[in-house]
Amino acid sequence: MSLRTPLGEAKGLGSAKEGLHHWWAQRVTAVALIPLTIWFAFKVAVLSLSDYQTVLESIGSPWSAALIVSLIVAAFYHAALGMQVIYEDYIGNKAARIVSIMGTNLLLFLLATAAIIAVVRIALGG
Amino acid sequence: MSSNNRPLSPHLDIYKLPLSALLSIVHRGTGAFLTFGSIVLVWWLMALAGGEEAFMSAQSFMGSFIGRLILFGWSFALFFHLANGIRHLFWDAGYGFEKDEVEKSSFIVLGTAGLLTLFVWVAAFSFGVGA
Repeated sequence: MSLRTPLGEAKGLGSAKEGLHHWWAQRVTAVALIPLTIWFAFKVAVLSLSDYQTVLESIGSPWSAALIVSLIVAAFYHAALGMQVIYEDYIGNKAARIVSIMGTNLLLFLLATAAIIAVVRIALGG
Repeated sequence: MSSNNRPLSPHLDIYKLPLSALLSIVHRGTGAFLTFGSIVLVWWLMALAGGEEAFMSAQSFMGSFIGRLILFGWSFALFFHLANGIRHLFWDAGYGFEKDEVEKSSFIVLGTAGLLTLFVWVAAFSFGVGA
């Protein structure tokens, strides 16, 4: 027995079945960000008045760089998922909503890529 | 047909938000703010990768009054979103839905966010002095 209404059947506009992945990815990145953000915030705080060379070596050490790249991936993915929900809740116009989500995704992808390239460059001493 | 005397459900503009509702919208607000604020992180990493001159000018801006004000708001938003996010994970697991529990966890979230913000700034000033 189907619980879908005849109208729903006719329109074929049911759930895209992608909600679970979105929800789960938001939680996985959230859990990853708990230790990563605390670690990074205190690391930056401790380095705040250090000279260039000290900061460069500290951020660029292999484990630091690996953790920062992980932080960047998790944080920007988490941000993109979160912003999508905000747009979906508040933007009624479909075209504006799609443009906002797509634009934000592209921008966040660019920012994440830029941040990762910076960290890799610092780590490799380029 | 229409009558002006019909009861209205409480609208946002005449309804005193309970603390839990206030924190709920602040969670969303800090999330959007942190997304926007991620530019600061990218800029700082880019400056560090760009060499000593770029890094020192970024550092001097961050050390200015405006820079510190931005960083202070940034750090509190981060720790609030972190603490309230952990509360959301407990809710997702099915715990803490009773009214008094929500009231209590609201204060725990605010206290944790405040303390972490305080600690990170104490760390910044105490470790920075010797360097």
